[in-house]
Amino acid sequence: MSTARLTSLPRWVDLGLLPFLNLSAALIVSGLVIALIGENPFEALVILVNGAVGYQEAIGYTLHYATNFMFTGLAVAVAFHAGLFNIGGEGQAYVAGLGVALVCLGLPGWPWWSVLPIAMIAAIVCGAAWAIIPGYLQAARGSHVVVTTIMFNFLATAFMTWMLVDVIRADGQQAPQSAAFPPSTHLPTIQDMGAFLGFDLPRMPLNLGFFLAILTAILVYLYIWHTRWGYELRTVGTNETAAVYAGMPVPRLIIVAMVISGALAGLAGINEVMGVQHRLVMNWTGGVGYVGIAVALMGRNHPVGIALSALLFGALYQGGSDLAFEIPAITREMIVVIQGLVILFCGALENLFRAPLEAYFKPKTV
Amino acid sequence: MDMLVSMLDATFRVATPLVLAGLAGLFSERAGVVDIGLEGKMLAAAFAGGAVAFIAADPWLGLLAAMLTALGLSMVHAFACVTHNGNQMVSGMAINIVAAGITPTLASAWFHEGGRTPILPTEGRFRPIDLPLAETLQDVPILGRLYSDVISGHTAPVYLTALIVPLVAYILYKTRFGLRLRAVGDNPHAVDTAGVSVARTRYLALACNGVLCGMAGGYLSIAQSSGFLQDMTAGKGYLALAALIFGKWKPWPTLFACLLFAFTDALQVRLQGVPLPIIGEVSVQFIQAVPYILTVLLLAGFVGKAVAPKAIGLPYVKSR
Repeated sequence: MSTARLTSLPRWVDLGLLPFLNLSAALIVSGLVIALIGENPFEALVILVNGAVGYQEAIGYTLHYATNFMFTGLAVAVAFHAGLFNIGGEGQAYVAGLGVALVCLGLPGWPWWSVLPIAMIAAIVCGAAWAIIPGYLQAARGSHVVVTTIMFNFLATAFMTWMLVDVIRADGQQAPQSAAFPPSTHLPTIQDMGAFLGFDLPRMPLNLGFFLAILTAILVYLYIWHTRWGYELRTVGTNETAAVYAGMPVPRLIIVAMVISGALAGLAGINEVMGVQHRLVMNWTGGVGYVGIAVALMGRNHPVGIALSALLFGALYQGGSDLAFEIPAITREMIVVIQGLVILFCGALENLFRAPLEAYFKPKTV
Repeated sequence: MDMLVSMLDATFRVATPLVLAGLAGLFSERAGVVDIGLEGKMLAAAFAGGAVAFIAADPWLGLLAAMLTALGLSMVHAFACVTHNGNQMVSGMAINIVAAGITPTLASAWFHEGGRTPILPTEGRFRPIDLPLAETLQDVPILGRLYSDVISGHTAPVYLTALIVPLVAYILYKTRFGLRLRAVGDNPHAVDTAGVSVARTRYLALACNGVLCGMAGGYLSIAQSSGFLQDMTAGKGYLALAALIFGKWKPWPTLFACLLFAFTDALQVRLQGVPLPIIGEVSVQFIQAVPYILTVLLLAGFVGKAVAPKAIGLPYVKSR
């Protein structure tokens, strides 16, 4: 599962051509699925692109979706660097939403800028709490983190259903959701920020969380490549035995990696719950944790790559809704198909094009 | 008594897809290939089964289509993990996500019923089978009641599953293929040295995996309900994986784990809103969470120890 693999490929091939080929393969198969439905894949592509970036609101939605995916993508990547496959981003983000909701509901009248840091701490703590047990069990008892995080996703669903139905459901309300947050706690949207600077922007979900995600990506970059802790993290992921011999506290590093991973996934709750939904609803995550896996794999676990692939997936999600609207035969689930194919070709079948490319670019021996 | 009879009856019905998927996972994981794609393969199979059973109005053809579909996905998994040494977790996850997306996409494009297949006509479904003498023995106390109401009256795949469990145990422990399969999961190098192809054995194991997984999915749409519904597996693939771990990767214990999980499911339906002595009313969500909590505890080694096949999750690369 190590990402720092040795390769004889030139850098531009490894980081540019190879992901491009993998992505193209995924898109070609997606096109075949659309053809199977009886629609024209090229027409679908035009609508998708236009729906994703063709007008102001579209860009706003694309960037908003990308924000969530950046958080969950970074979460998966940090764990990946420690050699762990955290499938639990979905559950970790879901539970973190509870922390955000409790803070926002508990501080009525506070302005958003004073609520934000407390809500962030709550999101981090809740997300990390849902990841620390799988992390501990992996580190101390050798229980495979993939299986435990899957189990914890189900536990998160059960726990949150119970919380929403029996505990924090607003009085006199049928739907299992919390009361609406006080308006003062809402994060400023891009429209508010634009108005402050004198621009007139349409209403869209893009909010302060987007800038928070960029800041987080920079911090993650510094953490992984420019701190001692990041070095240790990568050592554990690349060669655990070497890390043990170097005297690194491997179990603790594994737990820390999972905690940071869970915390990052949890921050998606700030963007979605505090920024857009303004209340805690059932299944508010809607699969962001799983998209994070695709984003991290395609972005080669590097924050820059993750930002770019999050953008791509944001565009897919936004363009996909327009596509479902324009061509009724293609449903929103088509995006999920593309997402799965990207995971297949960029992740599992990563070696499909690597071997031929390595043969082609082999340094010529005289 | 009535409640117990209906609960046991429900247990068998709920356990059937779990057992089939659990045994499917057993083939793959004992050969050293992790399969978290059970969920997706079941879902895709359920769709194919529902669709073909509707068009052909024949449950057996539907089941065949379900098996072929899951087999195809298993071969994709094998191609990625065995041929190309890809990450097995990632491949399984990809299969799950593709299946979750493609089934409602194709269902609504082909049948126009919003992500489901049309309701199967009676002749397109598996019907309950009354075992011989079920009527006559009904009045015999306890045993007769168990025979006629719990054992009898299930659909053909349920009885088929009951036969498959011993068959799988036999294949795994008494045949040459089973021996090689277990060896490939524990020490592929030794198998390779003995002149047996690791890749071939793993491909065969995944083929068995696909067929069983397809039966599990087909059962859901053709026998348990009449037609495919969006996301109808609802985590059963993961639950089967949990049962497999709980059963320590062995056929009979896996069967019992599935029955246990299925029983908690039957229990949870009956316990909704019923206050219990001492603890009071138990929340449904808590009982739903029990199998997952048990699995985590088992994995952590607090309830016995689950020892996985030694080479599980590792692609086999011949050292040069």
